[in-house]
Amino acid sequence: MTLSETKDFQVSSASLKDVRTFSRDVFEKINLPQEQKDELVLAIAEAAQNIVKHGYKGVDSTTDRMEIKISLKDGKLEIGFFDKGKPVVPENIQHRQLDDIKPGGLGTFFIKQIMDGAVFKKDEKGWVNHLILTKKI
Amino acid sequence: MTYKVTEEGNISTVFLNGEIDMDITEKAKEVILPLVEAGKEVHLNLKDVSYMDSSGISVLIESHQKALEKNTKVVVKEVSKSVLKVIMMAKLEQILNLE
Repeated sequence: MTLSETKDFQVSSASLKDVRTFSRDVFEKINLPQEQKDELVLAIAEAAQNIVKHGYKGVDSTTDRMEIKISLKDGKLEIGFFDKGKPVVPENIQHRQLDDIKPGGLGTFFIKQIMDGAVFKKDEKGWVNHLILTKKI
Repeated sequence: MTYKVTEEGNISTVFLNGEIDMDITEKAKEVILPLVEAGKEVHLNLKDVSYMDSSGISVLIESHQKALEKNTKVVVKEVSKSVLKVIMMAKLEQILNLE
């Protein structure tokens, strides 16, 4: 099965519900166990949340938009995130240690648990950050 | 998210409903933390919470830690399967008081 769907969202915590709805609608078209669909929706929502929370840290509101592209080809799921927030320094991204119990720092851990790969690529279409999450399904 | 709070003695039960994400965590904390601050034992009933992300997990951790400071406790009750999975992914099933 081959599939590719893209949607853009306003960069806002209020958009996260729409991000989940978009993701769920796309995964409805893919034959996967519901539990795995739920995990993938969580990973996508966490990555989108990171854009809102960290990419636009200190910004009260913005008219900027972020784009999410979900593609499936040859059994490989690829999810692209495009934003114009602060440039991400991949080396600086780290989740907290799980035994250091405190609020925060779990989103990236969840993404790593759920997905096979997460890389930032240079984008040529005017976006600042381009994150690609991958998973063999 | 919608919620309802019931009181019985020193126990406040907060029934949360819907999806808990970054957009509503402040609202959730505004409901839960004052009860904990007041020294109440707080029961969070999550049977109608269908989705929770890392922000929601942070609310549970913050509530739990605040309760320890106040010598009381937060009990997380009737957790749905999908939310329990997220709690377990965060390896918090032995930390939080789950019933």
